[in-house]
Amino acid sequence: MFAYIVRRLLYAIPILIGVNLLTFVLFFIVNTPDNMARAHLGDKYVTQDAIDNWIEEKGYHGPMFINAEAEGIETLTDTVFFRQSIPLFAFDFGQADNGRDISTDIVERMGPSLTLALPTFIIGIWVNICVALMVLMFRGTSLDRFTVISFVTLMSISYMFYIIGGQYLISKEWQLLPVSGFHEDDAWRFLLLPVVIGVIAGLGSGARLYRALFIESSGQDFARTARAKGVTETGVLFRHILPNTMIPILTGIVVVIPMLFMGALVMESFFSIPGLGSFMLDAIQEQDFSKIRAMVYLGAVLYIIGLILTDISYTWADPRVRLS
Amino acid sequence: MKCRNLGRSSLLGATLLLLSACSDDPWNRPLPPDESGQKVYYSSYTGQPKHLDPVRAYSSDEGAIIDQIYDTPLQYHFLKRPYELEPSVATSMPLVEMLDENLQPLPEGSDAKPAFSRYTITIKSGIKYQPHPAFAKADNGQPLYFFNTVEQGSTYKELKDFEVHGTDVLTSDDFIYTLKRMSDPANKAPLIGLMSGYIVGMTELTEKLKADRKEDQWLDLRQYELEGVQKVDDHTYSILLKGTYPQFKYWLAFRFFAPVPWEADRFYHNPGFKDKNLTLDWNPIGTGPFMMTSNKPKREIILERNPNYREDFYPSEGMPDDVERGYLADAGKRLPFIDKAIFSNESSSTSQWSKFMQGYYDRSGETSANVTTSTFDQAFSMGPDGLELTPAMANKNIKADEELRPSINYLGFNMMDPVVGGYTEEKRKLRHAISIAWDSEELIQIFLNGMGQQAHSPVPPGLFGYRDGKEGMNPYIFNWNEATQAAERKSLEEAKQLLAEAGYPNGRDKDTGKPLILYMDYAASDSGPVPDWYRQQLKKLGIQLEFRTSDYPRFKEKMRQGNTQIFPWGWLADYPDPENFLFLLDSRQGSLKCECDGSNSSNYDNPRFDALYDRMKEIENGPERQALIDEMIAIAQKDSPWIYRYHRGEVYLSNEWTNNTKKHGISMATLKYVNVDPEQRAAQQMAWNKPNLVPLVAGVFGLIALVIPALRAFRRRQRLTIETDS
Amino acid sequence: MDLAIKPVLLGTDLLVYLLIAMIVMFLLSLKKNPQNRDRWRQVFSTRTGMVTFVIILSYISIALLDSLHFRKQMEPVAGQETTEVYYSNTINSVLDVMLGEMGENTERTYSAPLSLKSWVNENVIAEDGSITRAQPALVHAGQHLESPDDKVADIIWQSLVGAAKGLALAAVLIVLHKQMIARGERATGIRSTLPWRSAWITLAIVLGLLGLLIHLGNLYHVLGTDQAGNDTLYDSLKGIRTAVLIGTLTTLIAMPIAIVFGISAGYFKGWVDDVVQYIYTTLSSIPGLLLIAASVLMFQVWIDNNPQFFEVALEKADAKFLALCFILGITSWATLCRLLRAETLKISQLDYVEAAHAFGIGHAQILKRHILPNLSHIIMITFVLDFSGMVLAEAVLSYIGVGIDPTMASWGNMINLARAELAREPMVWWNLSGAFFLMFTLVLSANLFSDLVRDAFDPKTRVEAAKA
Repeated sequence: MFAYIVRRLLYAIPILIGVNLLTFVLFFIVNTPDNMARAHLGDKYVTQDAIDNWIEEKGYHGPMFINAEAEGIETLTDTVFFRQSIPLFAFDFGQADNGRDISTDIVERMGPSLTLALPTFIIGIWVNICVALMVLMFRGTSLDRFTVISFVTLMSISYMFYIIGGQYLISKEWQLLPVSGFHEDDAWRFLLLPVVIGVIAGLGSGARLYRALFIESSGQDFARTARAKGVTETGVLFRHILPNTMIPILTGIVVVIPMLFMGALVMESFFSIPGLGSFMLDAIQEQDFSKIRAMVYLGAVLYIIGLILTDISYTWADPRVRLS
Repeated sequence: MKCRNLGRSSLLGATLLLLSACSDDPWNRPLPPDESGQKVYYSSYTGQPKHLDPVRAYSSDEGAIIDQIYDTPLQYHFLKRPYELEPSVATSMPLVEMLDENLQPLPEGSDAKPAFSRYTITIKSGIKYQPHPAFAKADNGQPLYFFNTVEQGSTYKELKDFEVHGTDVLTSDDFIYTLKRMSDPANKAPLIGLMSGYIVGMTELTEKLKADRKEDQWLDLRQYELEGVQKVDDHTYSILLKGTYPQFKYWLAFRFFAPVPWEADRFYHNPGFKDKNLTLDWNPIGTGPFMMTSNKPKREIILERNPNYREDFYPSEGMPDDVERGYLADAGKRLPFIDKAIFSNESSSTSQWSKFMQGYYDRSGETSANVTTSTFDQAFSMGPDGLELTPAMANKNIKADEELRPSINYLGFNMMDPVVGGYTEEKRKLRHAISIAWDSEELIQIFLNGMGQQAHSPVPPGLFGYRDGKEGMNPYIFNWNEATQAAERKSLEEAKQLLAEAGYPNGRDKDTGKPLILYMDYAASDSGPVPDWYRQQLKKLGIQLEFRTSDYPRFKEKMRQGNTQIFPWGWLADYPDPENFLFLLDSRQGSLKCECDGSNSSNYDNPRFDALYDRMKEIENGPERQALIDEMIAIAQKDSPWIYRYHRGEVYLSNEWTNNTKKHGISMATLKYVNVDPEQRAAQQMAWNKPNLVPLVAGVFGLIALVIPALRAFRRRQRLTIETDS
Repeated sequence: MDLAIKPVLLGTDLLVYLLIAMIVMFLLSLKKNPQNRDRWRQVFSTRTGMVTFVIILSYISIALLDSLHFRKQMEPVAGQETTEVYYSNTINSVLDVMLGEMGENTERTYSAPLSLKSWVNENVIAEDGSITRAQPALVHAGQHLESPDDKVADIIWQSLVGAAKGLALAAVLIVLHKQMIARGERATGIRSTLPWRSAWITLAIVLGLLGLLIHLGNLYHVLGTDQAGNDTLYDSLKGIRTAVLIGTLTTLIAMPIAIVFGISAGYFKGWVDDVVQYIYTTLSSIPGLLLIAASVLMFQVWIDNNPQFFEVALEKADAKFLALCFILGITSWATLCRLLRAETLKISQLDYVEAAHAFGIGHAQILKRHILPNLSHIIMITFVLDFSGMVLAEAVLSYIGVGIDPTMASWGNMINLARAELAREPMVWWNLSGAFFLMFTLVLSANLFSDLVRDAFDPKTRVEAAKA
């Protein structure tokens, strides 16, 4: 197990280098350091000196990937790519274009992101499973068909519509909750609406998926045997079907957990929640390379952690699986 | 929301308990109520300030915050128009001396051109800085928080962690220190290029500092000499300028010239502080009316009253209608009035507006009025005398304050372009034809809701040199209508005639028949109402308009390289002097000519204009200056390197309980004048934000109506199972 | 002199034709493959399958009509010396022609559905020079009316006329189709068991509605106008092409990459497998939105720097759109690739493949005969399942500002603007509803249809069905 994890972590290194390289190429194909400096230094009275200063200070000077003029190993190390990438591996994201320290900002913003993403995630799964189980009890009836169609209907509505509609009705028309904003002291007032919207928006596809999973295991032999033994339908459901379906459900969930740290981009931006999702949106809109790079790197690391956790959870959920 | 609502039904009660603990507070309040009993001002911003370093912060988003914290030698009178400078930290207006090459004063009335000019500024004594750990001293008089290693300061994560605060007395050294910081390339002062051309010795200091600095190291600027800036005594300093620069006095009211104590610079250069966002760029230290106590740019910025603020009083004189509008109610009272100002970040103007209407923000916006086309009709209607508030707004007693910032919006022609540029008669006619067809008045009506004024020349109203009425009219585009006493745009036929004379009858080349296609360089999306409207203007003449869109940095790059044809652009004044507008047409400001990022974006080049500009720049306001400006404007109208579009105006809205809300137009340091009535605000917020419970109750019942039959059906099925499943 | 037209072939048009060609080829191949034909028969034997298919087909037809582009010639000017012909810088499609003047009837700004007056007060300068604020009359709504009071009666009458036109067309088509079926039945002697009646009813409803909307839409703004005064109905209909294309092209682009990489990884194993796994893990570990945003911005800059390739605005928007599809394809191929790799691994270990190896049959033959056919259901299912996801994703991308170019009509852009419109007082709801209903219908049909396809093709569910 331990050896396996170490090997997976080693395997992550080339992936992270690849991710970094790709970000670099994509960004610098179109943006020259000169452009970045100008965008940053503003409109009025800018001098070339100031621009050169900025580039030098930020470490964007010199060749991008290969320094033909340097000797030996410096061909690769005395480049923008090398200078900019090495600190990333130590999670030192440096300063954003506006001079703020990125790591500090990320840590500060992770809190609000999690307070939104975690409840949405947990309540969402809970509601989805409950609804799916409920529907399962009525399998084959018209109520079942009706709910399945409702699920498809729910998932055919654009996510944006739930947000726009919810915000309009609840906050603006009925004045039940604040329009947007965030405050630690009574965060629930700001989070209630986005969480409810997030849960409803995910209900259709989630409950439908779980229903399909439950149906699959309810047709299997252990369920038949249990029924044959005279166990009530509820008993079969909760004591046999649910635990056995937990395996695919859990493995599907585990990958997502680390990504919760990244926040919900659209939701945070609509409700002005100062989390990582809106941080990422800002980075895109400001074209702030330092921030984009940091977020891409962080996302990649979390994704890889998610993959490793999934593998581990397989062994946990199904003792027959061994990691080697 | 009173507690009796709870009793209606147990079910409803349970829901309500879940939603909100019973309190006297509106449910949708976006900020927790202030219970300290202080006078708090609530406002918002959409553009996050990026820099709060006084030598660096240039945008109005930044000014809205830091102009409240830093005090400048001079300031603008809050109420008087046209804009008037008055001493602020200085005891009086600066003493200006004209000097010859040997730094000897020129005799009074001498015709000789001064080689140097010297500004001597005396500041009030006894002014103190806000309390701040940078000034904290140990018992032995040594600074408490100046560290030499990262470890020493590692326990301090944010400013709140420093227990001891100190203060210091403002001296002329701090102003000198500011000018040295401006010269320091590490501070990236936007004005360094401009000021190096005037302040003696600034270029040399910049070079020296650049050579001396090693990575992020703190340089004690007190050890460096800035030749042109000298300390006379503890309260007096002088600045020596090359030549004359009468506009320099306006800069003295700008935040770039606010004092920065060396202790602040040293404190924020403690090793490791930069990684904790502990920098002067994020945490200002000033002598102004307010001090910053919290800075989370994505959430909120909180300013609190500076307990050490100097004696400063609300002005007692103003414009004739200021009394009537209530702007003089607090005359002579000690400033500032509010204890605390909370600026919340808003990601969209929609929610900003909603919260203003719900009474949670005292003003509709700080740097922008935030009255968009989508909210305009909610706010204003057209009355017999022009704009007036709608009845809904009037019922809420909302106040409207108009602001005309000195600005010009224009459509530039690139004078280097082979199609639209050039100085021949034909090209002039082409530009005039387009200018006539470009109906800016319609644009003002449609897109600015009438809040703006047709421009006739580069100089906006409110500044010296601006002429109103017939004399100010652009005669190439307009005719004077004696009956209505107003300028009337020339007819489209005249424009078409001019276009034909320019060689493009009906928008086709007269020789080849090829349609004339013009390209607009544009830094936004080329679809939507505004671009559509642009296309229509040229279509009137049969000219096709294509957009060459790009993102903002590349748009700027095209401007620098002269790679444009036509482009919408504008200028917002730094100070209220016509020089700040006419220099936009000075050929030496052309990007191609000066090989710099010049401000003459259309590369206009007219030697006569340049000569007049040089003279106009150097003399004081008076008949001679007016005559020069008149001639310059006439030249610019004839050559027409721009389509003079409009001077923008805005109307800011404030809730009833907010007072002294007059907008200044140039200065942003007006928070100290603002006054609020918290009791009235609390009452109105309650009245305006009654939650609508009907849908909530209906929703709960709906859910129950869904669950109960399901449960019943389930129970029934539960009994059936055993029989059917066997 | 009659004006010539010049056909224009946009990049996406080309792909649409390719798509149509593929569908035709696919239908032809069904004849050879009885097993697949049975599965499809299973899909269409349900009423839901029939109805949703007709709806999806109507959307695709509209998209196809909107993909036949051309430019009109400009009228020559008197006194013009040369005979050279110049073309207008707007590109039209056959759909524009069918919709009549709907696209050109722009007002100044918002107007409510079927209204005769603008929604927004404007400063109106009266003859005496005084300024009042009022709602000006619309330029293109109800111009044929003698008095505004006739509006309601006229709308009802014109609706009936329009619907009748559409129904007439539907009747003709249905009769033709009936005869075709009858002929087929006579030839084979087997009675068709498919629920054709559902299809006909759906077709009649769709065509009746379209007839009504087009007829009425040329007289009024049936769904009102947007901020720029463009007809909302027209914009919503034009959005169909964008949605259909983004749903299909993305997968179409992703598919070849996924198939090639997935199969070679699963089949050749070894270092090929390592490389492919490395590529897709790297790509999928980058947060999707950031990758999309970065690529879209990059392409935007490329377009801005190379204006010579694009003569008119729509070509630019189209290139951007194509790039967006391409980027979405790049980000979404990893999932399909992973599925294909796993399945290939499984299949290539089966006895008959091993046997084929033993007989010395070449890789190409094995891949073609044994592997590819056994993967077709996965590809099929992914294609239908991804469709609705992409249509929905477009709205989110537009919100972030990396979606469809605003010059191109798209539901995402319409929904995006709706946020500000709902905040107006009184609110503007029609733009949101127009986009919402068309989007909802398409996605719902696609979801229901893809369920059926999955049920029919997925071996797992088929076993289930057999057991039950």
